[in-house]
Amino acid sequence: MPERVMFTMGDIACAEGALSAGCRYFGGYPITPATEIAEWMSIRMPELGGAYAQFEDEIASITSVIGASWTGAKAMTATSGPGVSLMLESVGLAVITETPLVIVNIMRGGPSTGQPTRGQQGDIMQAKWGSHGDYQIIALTPASVQEMFDQTVQAFNLAEKFRTPVFILADETVGHMRERLVIPDEKDLKLETRKLATGPPEDYLPFKADDDLVPPMALFGSKYQFYATGLTHDERGYPSDKENVQIELVTRLNDKIIKNADKIIDLERFMLDDAEIAVIAYGTPSRSARKAIKDAREEGIKAGMLRFKTVWPFPEEAVAQLATEVKHIIVAEQNLGQVYYMVRPAACTTQVHLMTKPAGMPQLPHEILAKLREVNSL
Amino acid sequence: MTTDPVTLKHPIAKFIREDRQPWIYCPGCSIGIVTGMLARAIENIGIDFNKVVVVSGIGCTGRTSGYFKTGSYHTTHGRAIAFAEGVKIANPELEVIVVSGDGDLAAIGGNHLIHACRRNIDITVIAINNWTYGMTGGQFGPTTEHERYSQTSPRPIGNLEHPFNLVKLAASSGATFVARWTAVQARRATSSIEKGIKKEGFSFIEIIGACPTAYGRMNRLGDGLEMHQHLLEVADIQNGLPPHEAEVEYDTKIICGEFVDIIKPEYTAVMRAAHAKFREGSK
Repeated sequence: MPERVMFTMGDIACAEGALSAGCRYFGGYPITPATEIAEWMSIRMPELGGAYAQFEDEIASITSVIGASWTGAKAMTATSGPGVSLMLESVGLAVITETPLVIVNIMRGGPSTGQPTRGQQGDIMQAKWGSHGDYQIIALTPASVQEMFDQTVQAFNLAEKFRTPVFILADETVGHMRERLVIPDEKDLKLETRKLATGPPEDYLPFKADDDLVPPMALFGSKYQFYATGLTHDERGYPSDKENVQIELVTRLNDKIIKNADKIIDLERFMLDDAEIAVIAYGTPSRSARKAIKDAREEGIKAGMLRFKTVWPFPEEAVAQLATEVKHIIVAEQNLGQVYYMVRPAACTTQVHLMTKPAGMPQLPHEILAKLREVNSL
Repeated sequence: MTTDPVTLKHPIAKFIREDRQPWIYCPGCSIGIVTGMLARAIENIGIDFNKVVVVSGIGCTGRTSGYFKTGSYHTTHGRAIAFAEGVKIANPELEVIVVSGDGDLAAIGGNHLIHACRRNIDITVIAINNWTYGMTGGQFGPTTEHERYSQTSPRPIGNLEHPFNLVKLAASSGATFVARWTAVQARRATSSIEKGIKKEGFSFIEIIGACPTAYGRMNRLGDGLEMHQHLLEVADIQNGLPPHEAEVEYDTKIICGEFVDIIKPEYTAVMRAAHAKFREGSK
């Protein structure tokens, strides 16, 4: 399909990004403020020969997405914090069975039912630590309608490349804002697909990784037979309670993300070259920060921003580097501090200031400007 | 003159991962029998085994999928049906079979079971009902009879709760094929599994089995052999009986047979028809 231009909301841009990435299975359950993604998928999937499947809950939704992925389909679900809470058990299953899929979390106010129609960034740690056991996750944090499209494509690419679940963590404001969206010509999109099993079926070891730490995948219905289980398993996929099997599997699953972090982490450096104060922000607050930094510059305050387009794996090295460049770091996030607690140890002795707002309206530009002035006067 | 010894291979051994033997099942358990039923049903139908997907949840029966030498998947507890639905919807060409236990399918996975029945997706669910959570040592579950003893419903009180009748549950939720047999009625049960697989719609086959290690021991029901002999004695075949009359009373009567075999539009068939309409419309 040739290039298209839409004036649309973030949720719909996300759905279009998924479709452009080749997503042909959506399993979901209605929830504010992510419902528009499901609604858009229910319109678009039949046109494209794909499936919009609605389930009895978020647990079934994500489990069905795992099943669909094992047939070779690019598959996703979209929800909000309460739905993610229900899905977390299956996030672990997708991690340990190395299933490519995308989970969109349009973040609303929590805990519990919270403020369904108001945005927040309270689910950053949930995405990383929510399921039990040691694992790594990939999470992207778009800040505009265009990025909802672009980063959903990127999420599928990362899921396919590393055979792992990937989160989109977008606050409600990004999900519901309306902006211009350019959907590129499909031939200009760079799409990844998972490595598939090759060679004689009798020699195939379903969980033997290549040098990139990712094993080639066999699909249901292919000539390759395999057993995939949530139990700790060896290269054959067979369950094992041996210590070395647990250590090898868990270490590899972690390493395939950590050792490839440079291929995953996506950051924007804004006016940082001579900055003395750096704002770290993501999602909607980063938009306010951009305006505040420009205003601060006019007042002679040397401010800049390190914008996280991905939060997991955490960009420790980039934060450590930033800490050597600036005198102060302000973490502005729409919660009571989540990324802040990751920034602090990485920043070593550089002062890190937390600017919280656990409410529906993000930090506004004048509020961040006031904080910049305050920190500048220290 | 010497002759090479002849090794006879069991006709259904080709479906089983022999490198995973021996089974994890206890002596006297019914799950191995049911595994054999499914393998034989696949052999009898003669479908391409590569197109068969076997899915299980957690528990003793949850280990079944791992013994089938095809694409097989062991989900988290209760989620086998939800996983199977995703597989079938994404690729309707596959023959998707769920084998799981009563606790997995009717307690933690109960919501998925009833909604899959309602949705009428063409998958076949084989529910092995051994009345208890065997893997964790024998606690009462959703099919444990009232006042039976278990690790969590000890003497002298027994189970405070009342059991689900899985045939009634599946039938009233909209399953298009519903049958019940005991593990000793291998030939009849295999035939129902074959019908379930061939049926274009949601099929539910309950196989009542024995867990002599946990349930049998705690309720003094005898060893595996005695429990299976008992199942044969109390099995009462009443094919075609309205499902709401298909009672189960371990001590006296287990009504067996095929109770539901109806035609209803199947989910993936409706979806494919919708896709065809869009293709036509875009021409």
